[in-house]
Amino acid sequence: MSRSSRFITLEARPEPSALWVWAAPLLAVGLTLIAGGLLFAALGKDPVAALAGFFLKPLSSLYGLGELGVKAAPLALIAAGLAVGFRGGVWNIGAEGQLTMGAVVGGGVGLAFLESTGPLVLPAMMLCGALGGMAWAAIPALLRTRFNANEILTSLMLTYVAQLLLSWLVHGPWRSPSGFNFPETEMFGPAATLPVLIEGTRLHLGVVLALVVVGAIWVLLGRSFIGFQIKVMGLAPRAGAYAGFSQRRVIWMAMLLSGGAAGLAGLFEVAGPIGQLQPAISPGYGFTAIIVAFLGRLHPLGIVFAACFMALTYLGGETVQMDMGLPLAVTGVFQGMILFFLLAADVLIRYRIRLGRAASAKAL
Amino acid sequence: MDVETLGAIGGAMSRAATPLALAAVGELVTEKAGVLNLGVEGMMLAGAVAAFAVTVATGNPLLGILAAMAAGMLLALLFGVLTLSLMANQVATGLALTIFGIGLSAFVGRDFVGTPLTALAPIHLPVLSDIPLIGPLIFGQDPLVYVTFVLVGGVSWFLMRSRAGLIVRAVGENHDAAHALGYDVIAIRYRAVLFGGAMGGLAGAYLSLVYTPMWVENMTAGRGWIALALVVFATWKPWRVLVGAYLFGGVTIVQLHIQGMGGAIPSQLLSMLPYLATIGVLVLISRDALRIRLNAPACIGKVFHPES
Repeated sequence: MSRSSRFITLEARPEPSALWVWAAPLLAVGLTLIAGGLLFAALGKDPVAALAGFFLKPLSSLYGLGELGVKAAPLALIAAGLAVGFRGGVWNIGAEGQLTMGAVVGGGVGLAFLESTGPLVLPAMMLCGALGGMAWAAIPALLRTRFNANEILTSLMLTYVAQLLLSWLVHGPWRSPSGFNFPETEMFGPAATLPVLIEGTRLHLGVVLALVVVGAIWVLLGRSFIGFQIKVMGLAPRAGAYAGFSQRRVIWMAMLLSGGAAGLAGLFEVAGPIGQLQPAISPGYGFTAIIVAFLGRLHPLGIVFAACFMALTYLGGETVQMDMGLPLAVTGVFQGMILFFLLAADVLIRYRIRLGRAASAKAL
Repeated sequence: MDVETLGAIGGAMSRAATPLALAAVGELVTEKAGVLNLGVEGMMLAGAVAAFAVTVATGNPLLGILAAMAAGMLLALLFGVLTLSLMANQVATGLALTIFGIGLSAFVGRDFVGTPLTALAPIHLPVLSDIPLIGPLIFGQDPLVYVTFVLVGGVSWFLMRSRAGLIVRAVGENHDAAHALGYDVIAIRYRAVLFGGAMGGLAGAYLSLVYTPMWVENMTAGRGWIALALVVFATWKPWRVLVGAYLFGGVTIVQLHIQGMGGAIPSQLLSMLPYLATIGVLVLISRDALRIRLNAPACIGKVFHPES
């Protein structure tokens, strides 16, 4: 009758297991590797060679390591912002749209100052990129606090709106006349482009800045009063309300912070590796960052490690596409799998697995 | 505008509404049992690619539709194992399902991009479908449009009139009480989640077999999320899902017609309309917090563990 089967019983632990909080992601990564090997074998590829090609080969060159940083930085930046909200029970799912608006607004500044060589162009772009993401996240925040509208659905709908807006701009008013009819803007000038840090790679200044921002979010979460309020509201909303914490303020803080981080990440993409605005500026960083946030346990340090791993799935997908002719979509399959395995492994944090019926189970 | 154009618009409207109504009515049953599955978009994509692949391989769209429902149910089963048996967070698991569905469908469908397929033909009842306006509207649609009406009616009857439906609602309203009365909360929720998956898959099949008879990566374009919004719009009442779906179908078609007339408004801005309309409607419905609280199943999204 009950949920527990005859053979396996889940017995609640008196305390959540501190060990499994961090062991579960490792278990999830291990299970993903096994499932990935099975997937490759099913496709008729040697699983060991394919996994090595997927997870090791991209790291075997300086260029590959640089690419890891280039892809991990936006993931870590967005995920750190999202984690703030997830801790407080605010579900911002529209980071992809906020990233797009950051690229649009910040990139727009870059296009307005195409000829400029001033040192303030890049900082202005970054500021406007963050503000663009914030403004886009402010809409679901307003609709939630003022009209009670579910932020999951509104932030997601706005993602489609943002992408269509970008598409309109690069197909229409902002299209470069010298772009051979491709839907893209002019390339940003040198003053509007993030400098490459290491010769022979694409590792740019934005990667370092992203890490700095992640560190700042860590300090904010761990040391500030608002960080404490967010945590309390997520764990015990009633206790928080009793203490006089405002849910409204937590929602606004979480949405603005995550939107700003996503917007900045979008600006880093267009002012860094891409160098212009195009219809597609992100391979789904805003969605993958949701996985990164959970895989990193909503903790900035964990998020940086998780971002590196997820960045590797993008690189691995590209490698096996080129080397073995496997479709790029294998990346998405890996990303979905790891989140599934993590969510499954998380049961071990709060429950002990017992074989046979639990002795303590109430007779019902 | 003449009668024939009106009939064509009406037909196009129901084609746009049908996948939304199917996915939303499945999610409605899931939510009525107290489970929030945000993976509708992923289940729809899995259904769309399964329907397309099987129809191309067998030449039989009926088999394609069955495969789509099976694919949707398979993803729903995965969701059920994680959230019901392993008590994972429903929001996070639903998102995982969508991310996985997008990746998996693109992966499976890579060989089908650009493959042509003959759309599922509308049924033409002789004489009746020749009546102007109402003929093509009421008697000349493809079979799934009618199936959708029957399904919504059936779900409405089941939830509101049948004993089993009462139990489903009880499980969604208060799982502890339902458990104390001896009902198997988890088993009932599994069935509701699987029904939602089958409907999501069917909605996907409609997209790839009827609406645009082809396979394109991510071809649902957010319809799964609109379906989730529709459930809120309908305040968890099946017939209102149908009304909402036709409303949104209407917005989609009006938008496409303005694009077709080659107006001065850029197509991208017009394409935003369905999403903006969804936000607008969500705001209108949700601002009455009391109504949402009275209608939403009380246990929605909450983890159930019988021994705790």
